[in-house]
Amino acid sequence: MVAKSRLHVPKTPARPGDAPDFGYLKLSPAGKVARPDVGSAATEIRYLSEELVRVLDEEHRAVGPWHPHLDASELQVALRHMLLTRVFDDRMQRIQRSGKISFYMRSLGEEAVSVATAMALKPSDMLFPSYRNQGIYVVRGRPILDLMCQLLSNTRDMCKGRQLPVMYHWRDGNIFSISGNLATQFPQAVGWAMAAAIKGQDDIAVSWIGEGSSAEADFHHALLFASVYKAPVILCVVNNQWAISTFQGHAGGERQTFAARGPGYGVAGIRVDGNDFLAVHAVTQWAAERARTGRGPTLIEHVTYRAAAHSTSDDPARYRPKDDYQGFPLGDPVERLKNHLIGLGEWSEERHKSLTAELEEHVVKSWKEAVSYGTLTEPPRLDPGLMFEDVFKETPPHLRRQAAEMRAEIEGK
Amino acid sequence: MAQMNMIQALNSAMDIKLGQDPSVVVLGEDVGYFGGVFRVTDGLQRKYGESRVMDTPIAEGGIIAAAIGMAVNGLRPVAEIQFADYIYPGFDQIVSELARIRYRSAGDFTAPVTVRTPCGGGIRGGQTHSQSPEAFFAHVAGLKVVMPSNPYDAKGLLIAAIEDDDPVIYFEPKRIYNGPFDGNPNKPAVPWSTHPKGAVPDGHFTVPIGKAEITRAGSDLTVVTYGTMVHVADAAARSLGLDAEIVDVRTMVPLDTDTICNSVARTGRCVVVHEATRFAGFGAELSATIQENCFWNLMAPILRVAGWDTPYPHAFEWEYFPGEARVAKALKAVMEAS
Repeated sequence: MVAKSRLHVPKTPARPGDAPDFGYLKLSPAGKVARPDVGSAATEIRYLSEELVRVLDEEHRAVGPWHPHLDASELQVALRHMLLTRVFDDRMQRIQRSGKISFYMRSLGEEAVSVATAMALKPSDMLFPSYRNQGIYVVRGRPILDLMCQLLSNTRDMCKGRQLPVMYHWRDGNIFSISGNLATQFPQAVGWAMAAAIKGQDDIAVSWIGEGSSAEADFHHALLFASVYKAPVILCVVNNQWAISTFQGHAGGERQTFAARGPGYGVAGIRVDGNDFLAVHAVTQWAAERARTGRGPTLIEHVTYRAAAHSTSDDPARYRPKDDYQGFPLGDPVERLKNHLIGLGEWSEERHKSLTAELEEHVVKSWKEAVSYGTLTEPPRLDPGLMFEDVFKETPPHLRRQAAEMRAEIEGK
Repeated sequence: MAQMNMIQALNSAMDIKLGQDPSVVVLGEDVGYFGGVFRVTDGLQRKYGESRVMDTPIAEGGIIAAAIGMAVNGLRPVAEIQFADYIYPGFDQIVSELARIRYRSAGDFTAPVTVRTPCGGGIRGGQTHSQSPEAFFAHVAGLKVVMPSNPYDAKGLLIAAIEDDDPVIYFEPKRIYNGPFDGNPNKPAVPWSTHPKGAVPDGHFTVPIGKAEITRAGSDLTVVTYGTMVHVADAAARSLGLDAEIVDVRTMVPLDTDTICNSVARTGRCVVVHEATRFAGFGAELSATIQENCFWNLMAPILRVAGWDTPYPHAFEWEYFPGEARVAKALKAVMEAS
């Protein structure tokens, strides 16, 4: 028999009816991965892209060289941010089901990725998020009321009714507009960072994409330009295992880690336990210091799990085991930080319960206020004339004519 | 006033803006040390340094994306796409991102990027160095689209584009970089120094985006055109001894409907001419707009002259190119109708 070429189709480890199977995930014990000097050359620290940086061990203790030694008060704030993100997500999901908002995307199970990254940065660092990074808004202090108004496309919508729910932006908070097209923000973040270097700014840029969208050419452009110009940028691949129904093997995860794409470009790559707040914080700090001190970009792969559906238009029971998440070996980021704090004697189940109740009340109260500014279907409503504004800085004649036509159409003339 | 060809005029525009405004940067393939394959950025890196006039990887999508990010961080990038035929890898970043950043962020973020790109045929470039893709971009809400036909406009429009707070796609008809071209490749090349629009002020000036220009006044009929075809149309009208009015569109978006339609309303006859393929080309928009506004003034159907609806062929360039004969035939037909 002569060997023949056969099309290889990546295997998905578990589909509905199967037992969860995460045997493919290469894990490193907590505390075991060395922390190199921030000035190390990308090619000398390849191991970081193949191992898994973890700080919290099985007993929820912080161990090893990446332990960031944060104050308990800071960890309590982090827990609050993650919990608020989760409570907010949960409430918006239920509200979408009731028909008040058209669409929603939860970040359930991925809260540490956004919250820990944002907390490890300066407020003036520029963020180019994807659509599952709501935690960065919570960290930077944007009231959830404002996020709700965007979800409702109401009279206080920051996007003036032009964007799908979740596609927020916040100029004063240094958070760029979410596109809704995938991966486009990745090379834009690099361009922003290049400009920062040209201008001699001390700020860095940070961007996130999913492992699925790392397949886009934009991912290559981002890494290439970041490498060529040594841009002060942190590029995060959020490997939550699933691109809607497609397992990460189809994005190239079967052959090597996503972090390992970095060293191929001469960019430092780090693979981190994305559900370990302390580990994410530590690697972000390391990468931020590297970027800020002229040592160039870092690619961080956050190994996590998309515990919820892709969006409210998705039903994961059709493509993965119902109990898949229960088998995920890296657990739940909120539970892990909570248990760590309890172990330190800085938290308790009671405090957790009362904080959850407080945040739920805050979310409910904010929602009541948000709907008072209108919903997609109930007044008050944004003026439809707004659709013609901001196409250009100054509205050109053809758009002024069309705006008048639309007005006449509405008024039945 | 100096005598400049289009290359010098474009170079002068960038030189002035780089000198005046520290936020202006130039980036693209071969634009730095070498000064661009058409020499349009010649000398700029020497004068302004490697971090303001940047050679980039061969990645149009990356060039546009990086320019967007730079613009969001307060720079005014001028990105060169070496040939308009190469712009498609950057199409998504232009259409889905650059065009809509102001809109989707309700004006909170803007990306004042100028994308310069040489377009059009007549240089034996075959199907990958001859395209005129302006209609793709004119179709996208949020982009301004410009194409000059002479050195004076080239400089004034490029300075206006760089100063504009909205993204501008700036097409440079490369056949007329060095001199006006009447469509006959067998005639000796004519330099811009023989043309009144080859006289260009040394310093800062702008030609407003959104304004067409009547380059030749006349009363028999109106030819609405832009880029290289302004000169071909002029030659065709002269050969027929027609008193044609030629409107150089100059800006496709926003379109100067008033100048175009006032002219057609006066002459009652109109031919629309461009180099790009005909079907769903920008000429279709021009014809429809003119028909809607001037129907009762028209004495003949509006005719379109364009490239054939084929890819741009290498060996049959001059059978493909809408030269003087094809334009003259349409002018005659419009004059003879009714």
